[in-house]
Amino acid sequence: MHQHWTCGAFSNLDDPVLQVADVRFRWPGRTSFSLSVPKFEVQKAESVLLLGESGSGKSTLLSLICGTVIPDNGVVRVAGTDLAALPGGQRDRFRAEQIGVIFQQFNLLPFGTVQDNILLPLRFARARQQRAGEPKRAAMELCAALGLPKDLIHAKANTLSVGQQQRVAVARAMIGQPPLIVADEPTSALDADSQAAFLDLLFQQSAAHHASLLMVSHDPRLADRFDRVVHLADIAQIDRVA
Amino acid sequence: MLIRLAIASLFARALTVGMTIVAIALSVALFLGVEKIRTGAKASFADTISGTDLIVGARSGSVQLLLYSVFRIGNATNNVTWESYLDIAARDDVDWIVPISLGDSHRQFRVMGTTNAFFEHYKYRQGRGLEVAEGVIMDDLFDTVIGADVAATLGYRVSDPIVVSHGLASFVEHSDQPFQVSGILAKTGTPVDRTVIVSLEAIEAIHVDWQSGAQIPGQATPSDEIRQMNLTPQAVTAALIGVESPLQTFALQRAINTYPQEPLLAILPGVALQELWGIVGIAETALLAVSAMVVVTALIGMMATIFSSLNERRREMAIFRAMGASPTIVLGLLVLEASLTAAIGALLGIGLLYLGLVVAQPVLDAAYGLWLPIDAPTLYEVWVVLGVIAAGAIVSGVPAIRAYRLSLADGMIIRS
Repeated sequence: MHQHWTCGAFSNLDDPVLQVADVRFRWPGRTSFSLSVPKFEVQKAESVLLLGESGSGKSTLLSLICGTVIPDNGVVRVAGTDLAALPGGQRDRFRAEQIGVIFQQFNLLPFGTVQDNILLPLRFARARQQRAGEPKRAAMELCAALGLPKDLIHAKANTLSVGQQQRVAVARAMIGQPPLIVADEPTSALDADSQAAFLDLLFQQSAAHHASLLMVSHDPRLADRFDRVVHLADIAQIDRVA
Repeated sequence: MLIRLAIASLFARALTVGMTIVAIALSVALFLGVEKIRTGAKASFADTISGTDLIVGARSGSVQLLLYSVFRIGNATNNVTWESYLDIAARDDVDWIVPISLGDSHRQFRVMGTTNAFFEHYKYRQGRGLEVAEGVIMDDLFDTVIGADVAATLGYRVSDPIVVSHGLASFVEHSDQPFQVSGILAKTGTPVDRTVIVSLEAIEAIHVDWQSGAQIPGQATPSDEIRQMNLTPQAVTAALIGVESPLQTFALQRAINTYPQEPLLAILPGVALQELWGIVGIAETALLAVSAMVVVTALIGMMATIFSSLNERRREMAIFRAMGASPTIVLGLLVLEASLTAAIGALLGIGLLYLGLVVAQPVLDAAYGLWLPIDAPTLYEVWVVLGVIAAGAIVSGVPAIRAYRLSLADGMIIRS
């Protein structure tokens, strides 16, 4: 079954965790905008900062990487698997298995508890759930590692501060150790002090779980903390037809 | 876990969801309430007369005979002669027979002449007998027993005098022979409540000085003299019959219908009531249809609510998608929420129905004689609840499919 994603039959150890090659994409019904990415890769356990202004196609590229949309041309491989080769439902499960996602803000389901939110991706990913061992204990440990008070685990997400919410989002991305963490401007809602503390935690956790970190931002000041910095304009071309 | 999240999501939108639930609950309560009243009215209607096996009158239509003999609506086309009455009464298969003589009125109420056997044999609502609430059953020629509505409307007490009018809606009064109220009957919810009951002889007595519908001028026989006269009637309007054995009902009916000396008609009250209900029941069906439309309206309201919530919930759906939920799960969550809303609404509606029944039951019984039984939910009500839940799931499908499309098109992009 879908176990083959994790058993390594399709991926060698040295293969990049993310490969984007010759990709062209146009949103259905929006002919004026098209994105093409000839080549972009993220290696195992590598941390990459993808710099780009808003409107530079960041969100579209993230949608392609996460497999919520598939390219018109070219290949997106995550952990060695061509996303376009998977049927829709399996692609969604594959995303749950392989990718931890952190949004800019309001990452959490406001009506769910912290624990509900952290365990949510495991609901759709069996192998990841097995990797997490005892999910509730794993969630507790992650919270502790991220400096979240113990009694917060059963609090409703909308009672948390923005900083706490972002740390819960990190815990949710890390649980079950997906090989790739995708973060979309996770610090934009935080003040400067919190930004640094948040990035410390994010790097610390990515390293602890041997996960690759792909972070998208418009802020070049973050650059020196990453293994590699890529400008979106260098790897992607956007065509706008008036 | 997903079901728990769906419930938590409903709680998070408690106000709008609550309003939707209340709308559905009220509509379901209304729908089931109308159905209860409909079946209750039908049962009360069928219970107007029970324990009577046959009603005999001059030959006309069965519904017409039922209307004037039981409901006091319309008039008899002809009478049954006293000889025929005695002939039938003398038959072996007749257990009891109660004559009825109609034609006079008191204010807006009909006057019915009968024998005291009427109080013994007239039954309604599965064998309940008439009860005297105040006073006693008449024992004098000029005594009368009045129904509960007559007493309430005209403010009569026991021993008040009553003057009977000749004919119906008439200005000619039998003022020379006033009656006295001897008893007031308890409320029954049947036409008896609106009837002034006197003895059969009394009907004859007040017509002693009358001929062809008018008082003979200058003639006024004193009451004492009337009491001495032979007051055996020439004819009666109808008669209620109880048979010795139910098996003999049809034989007796045939015998009366083929009575050679006079054209008579015997009807089974239950059958005639069914026939009559077939006519008046249409209005009830229309009422039921209207209340069904109210349920549909409430469900469409829920659909509108889901539609308007979709935009503010696009972020929530994007989160579900990013965490690995397929668009089908997003669709399923919306349908599940709608089904839960409809289910809670429908169950609350049943609760409201029973609350309403407990409150309204004594009021309706006292005011209209309409008895609504409080029973465990019937299979029909269970089906209505299931139907509302299914309909809720179906109508939520439309916005849910839109959410499905949105979550496919949005991908990972959060729009807010």
